[in-house]
Amino acid sequence: MSVTYLDAIRSAQEKALRDDPRVFIYGQDVGRFGGAFKATKNLAEKFPGRVMDSPISEDAMVGMAVGAAMEGMRPIVEMQFADFSTVGLNQMLNHAATTFWRTGKPCPMVLRLPSGGTPGSGPFHSQSMEAIYSHYPGIVVMTPATVEDAYTMLLEAIELPDPVVFCEHKLLYYHLKSEALPESAVPAFRARVVRAGRDITCVTYSAMVHEAVAAAEELAEEGYEVEVVDLRTVKPLDTDTVLASVARTGRLLAVGESWPWGGASAEVVARVASEGFELLDAPPKRLNAKDTPIPYHPNLWAAHRPTAVRIAAGLREVLRY
Amino acid sequence: MAIRVAGALESKPKKGVVDPIESLGRTILRARVLEDKLGNLYRAGRIVGGVYLGKGQEALSGAGGLALRKGDIFAPLIRDMAGRLGFGEPMVDALRAYLGSRLGPMKGRDGNIHRGDLTRGILPMISHLGAMLSTVAGVLVAKRMKGEKGRVGLTCAGDGATSTGSFHEGLNLAAVERLPLVVVVADNGYAYSTSRDRQFACEDLVDRAKGYGVEGHGVDGTDPMACWRVLHHAVERAREGAGPQLVVGKLLRLCGHGEHDDGSYVEKKMKSSERGRDCLKVMEEGMKKRGQEKEWQGWREEAQREVEEAVAKVSAEPVPDPFEEDWRATQSAGMAEVMVAS
Repeated sequence: MSVTYLDAIRSAQEKALRDDPRVFIYGQDVGRFGGAFKATKNLAEKFPGRVMDSPISEDAMVGMAVGAAMEGMRPIVEMQFADFSTVGLNQMLNHAATTFWRTGKPCPMVLRLPSGGTPGSGPFHSQSMEAIYSHYPGIVVMTPATVEDAYTMLLEAIELPDPVVFCEHKLLYYHLKSEALPESAVPAFRARVVRAGRDITCVTYSAMVHEAVAAAEELAEEGYEVEVVDLRTVKPLDTDTVLASVARTGRLLAVGESWPWGGASAEVVARVASEGFELLDAPPKRLNAKDTPIPYHPNLWAAHRPTAVRIAAGLREVLRY
Repeated sequence: MAIRVAGALESKPKKGVVDPIESLGRTILRARVLEDKLGNLYRAGRIVGGVYLGKGQEALSGAGGLALRKGDIFAPLIRDMAGRLGFGEPMVDALRAYLGSRLGPMKGRDGNIHRGDLTRGILPMISHLGAMLSTVAGVLVAKRMKGEKGRVGLTCAGDGATSTGSFHEGLNLAAVERLPLVVVVADNGYAYSTSRDRQFACEDLVDRAKGYGVEGHGVDGTDPMACWRVLHHAVERAREGAGPQLVVGKLLRLCGHGEHDDGSYVEKKMKSSERGRDCLKVMEEGMKKRGQEKEWQGWREEAQREVEEAVAKVSAEPVPDPFEEDWRATQSAGMAEVMVAS
């Protein structure tokens, strides 16, 4: 029996609903319909009254979760697409994120964002929002890349006393598979070395981890050993694991699927440049999507986002220096 | 539809029953005396940040706070000193927020009207208007899930806040869930300097209740006993399961948006209209008619003593210290990232 990335997300929610009476799910079409991507399939039937359809009101959905969290519940809000969470940004950035700081009382809630590009999805169903949420203090931002992380990190997110933005990648939903649900987890907030190497470090997260691994395999044929680091959680950022890897390799390429202005890959380069300058044998480089809205046609989309081919080219460029 | 309780002030209260006149009278006097003091402290340069007063809105606000019970939820907006005092917020907490004491519920991390105390059921507002509707709705959903019965949430808004998407989304959500939420709109004529005819095109905001599928109540916000009656009725309707209640009080803000603003844009005809009446003067007149002038004066003097004592107490309290602040925005273990740039 195999488990997909989406199964892992559904199973984690089911486990949380079973184990913790404070957990409930709120979102558009998440009830009997089971959600646009079926991440809540059968949960409404199994947990009556705890998997609730919301109106199309992203601002109020997040606001409702803030209130419920203040009252001791552990709400999970599903945004139908990460892109639509812009409508709920105010409640997340100004309310959920400031509550602990302002009041000393926790605001434990999870905002699930079906994120990232898929062919044919276009400008409003493809976005990666981690940069915006990470910029604001008071929020944990998770970007799982594997079936195992999708499961264990979502359970972690639900248990944390803080608001968590859980960026789950739509491209991985159905295609990424594992043998079974994991029985252990990588420690919270730690990055993971996916593939060890001595020549260059490629730091990335979410679906780009798989592109980076493919690029590393391509470079292995050319005799280069690429170390791939999966950040797993972009906020807080595990600077220690990144610096330790750069200390081994002396070179860095940071990759993100989101836009190039700022964001997680920029933060990685900034930290390595300022805290690990003397570890570097070459200028660190970044690779992101192009600075345009995300295109609709698969031909354009494939050229817009970083791919294994572009990552391999980026790695070679840093290696040649 | 303005509900008036003409003559209510002329009748004597029955023995053993809470006297609404004393309860509301004392509350609105405490709010007014405290706010007059805050204005003076602002002009004396003693206040950290801005001062936003609720002069003219005390009756509507205070009646809302007094209609609630312990265990209910109150989410005030910026002109709800009377509601806060009526619901039981200690006067010193208001002064701590304004004078910057570290002993206040926000410890100097936030101040003035953004104060709240979740342990008392007072939600600290964020500045983004309309945001508290869905938040109170969330608290009420949580209470329902926990099986806590008979709780009501009340939140306040102005006519300006009704223009936000948040207000609409929040009230609609509460109506769909049929929550015991009371939304009190102080239609005070102006949102900062923008008059209501630039804010919305409907004749009366209470007419919107039908569109949301909630019960609506209009009230003359300058008439204290009408406010008392309507707010108690609305809160009881919510408590008995009749779903959200929209209360719209017509009145005028008798001060600027904040103390930095002289409100010179308020039209004369608004000031001289029925809206422009001062609810405290209306109450004082009624007390005179009942021959209770001395009691009113006594309540005022008590309020003045309470305010002076609270100011003296809070003035001697320590201020926040950046070296003792832990500078952490999250509670999660291991989350203390050292941000080099800072």
